[in-house]
Amino acid sequence: MQQTATPQSDAARAQFPAMRADFINPFITSTVRVIATMASIQPQPGRPRIKPDLRTYADVTGIIGLLGEGVEGTMAISFAEACILRVVSNMLGEEITDLNNEIEDAVGELTNMISGAARAELETKGYSFRMAIPSVITRRGHSIAVITRFPIVQIPFETDYGPFYVEACLHQIPK
Amino acid sequence: MLDPNAKILVVDDFSTMRRIVRNALKSLNYNNVEEAEDGASALQKLRAEHFDLIVCDWNMPGMTGIELLRAVRSDAALKATPFLMVTAEAKRENIVEAIQAGVSNYIVKPFTPTTFGEKLHAIFGDTKAA
Repeated sequence: MQQTATPQSDAARAQFPAMRADFINPFITSTVRVIATMASIQPQPGRPRIKPDLRTYADVTGIIGLLGEGVEGTMAISFAEACILRVVSNMLGEEITDLNNEIEDAVGELTNMISGAARAELETKGYSFRMAIPSVITRRGHSIAVITRFPIVQIPFETDYGPFYVEACLHQIPK
Repeated sequence: MLDPNAKILVVDDFSTMRRIVRNALKSLNYNNVEEAEDGASALQKLRAEHFDLIVCDWNMPGMTGIELLRAVRSDAALKATPFLMVTAEAKRENIVEAIQAGVSNYIVKPFTPTTFGEKLHAIFGDTKAA
């Protein structure tokens, strides 16, 4: 995936506060739990970082909005082809060898489950979210423009089948 | 205990989850499974033929799982059908809402086939219930 130009420059976005640390951990724990439970793959989370630019390279991306009382944002999960083929093959118990509709559907469901688990954890901190329906982009080397004033946190995950990335942008809505 | 020939309707807008649930049912020797993509098409099937169990997602476009549950519980011919909600919605208020609407049991995704079996057995009073 190649994320390209946004309406605001990196310098402009850097003027806004970074995502709170207690907003980030739920995305890490929920991602590990969902992939481990549904695909029997134990992903190793790397160090979260503010995306230094707007470029991410992957072949399939699931995106979902996060809209709640006092908070809003988005979450995306991006996979390289080899990694998502293994994840979905394990989920379904059969070999999937192409980036087909089954992969697209499975990434939508994974996005749904990870965001749901993260929202549940955030709810214990006093935040409440509305349900949302995920979208999926499947194309090798696709490009997305993220429209946000806020820094995006990128969490890399390593697996035996290659890396994947969770990107979250969640912030409090000024009262 | 649910009869091995029981007819089960799996309702989810994601084919992936329908297949995962179908696989979980197959591992428990339940093979008489039909699928629906949303609440509205599920309700049509339920009114056309008898099912012994409904396994349903919550968050779907069109008629949601909770709306289907309410429709089933308010229909004299369907209201006794066991209804298992399988959903990513883990909020306490969602679970309470489902219980108030008459859900038989509730599984939060992600889940293992073992958890699925335990919830199913709990509905039908199996001694192996969790």
